[in-house]
Amino acid sequence: MPHDRENTLVEILLVEDCQDEAELMIEALKEGTLSNRVTIVDDGEQALAYLRREGEYAATATPHLILLDLHLPRLNGHEVLAEIKKDALLRLIPVVVLTSSDNEKDFLDAYDLHANCCVSKPLDQEQFARTVRKIEQFWLRLVRCV
Amino acid sequence: MNPIIRGGRPIEILLVEDSVNEAELTMDVLRNGRVRNRVHWVEDGEEAMAFLRREDRHTAAPHPDLILLDLHMPRMNGLEVLAEIKQHPHWKRIPVVIMTNSEDEKDILSAYDRHANCYITKPIDMDKFMEAVRSIEDFWLSIVHLPAA
Repeated sequence: MPHDRENTLVEILLVEDCQDEAELMIEALKEGTLSNRVTIVDDGEQALAYLRREGEYAATATPHLILLDLHLPRLNGHEVLAEIKKDALLRLIPVVVLTSSDNEKDFLDAYDLHANCCVSKPLDQEQFARTVRKIEQFWLRLVRCV
Repeated sequence: MNPIIRGGRPIEILLVEDSVNEAELTMDVLRNGRVRNRVHWVEDGEEAMAFLRREDRHTAAPHPDLILLDLHMPRMNGLEVLAEIKQHPHWKRIPVVIMTNSEDEKDILSAYDRHANCYITKPIDMDKFMEAVRSIEDFWLSIVHLPAA
């Protein structure tokens, strides 16, 4: 992790339509070692509006990390991912795809669209929370981002 | 990915690293990892491309599940290798972890611009270096769902 991040608030964009899972993830992220602020949007169109600072999102900060579900209303996760990774600036933000899908094609398509990594959501709640914490530790503490 | 889903075959890792010392340390850590893996070490960018193309001494090379790529190397540098991989229809899905000594913001930007999956600076301290490799191993081999080869 870059040392200069110790004192900054880490911004995380969580794109998740299932409220229970979103809450579980936020709880897990709260236990992270860095102070973070999680913004939740629950569909793909909102995710892009947030990232492009459109409408009500005009004053939002660029996230350091995006956690993206695949099965979303309106624009799905693959479409959101494609838009992010086509954009010269947005593509610099790491996107971690988190999905309950067991369809291998969903993973391959996400990697082909340049997802930074894909993670299966464990069914067990405790394991799910542990996985989210591992994602936080790896991406926010070890990885260098722009 | 869960090794059981992979039918028990080891995870194939391509390590592209010109420093013998760092390559040996990395392989040491990976060898002792929890998930069964096989590391294929090449020392420069051209050799990495030959491995992926199965040329010369690499005719029996497996399709790597994960690539650990140094940036500053003789012959072809890491950014050039990365660009080739991420523009290729079949190789682009292989996760590429950049492992480099460079803290240069320009390198970080260029790497993500070319769709590096993640960028990690190698700690100079040996223990911290090994810890970083262990974190990479733990995350990419146990937590991540790697693309099926």
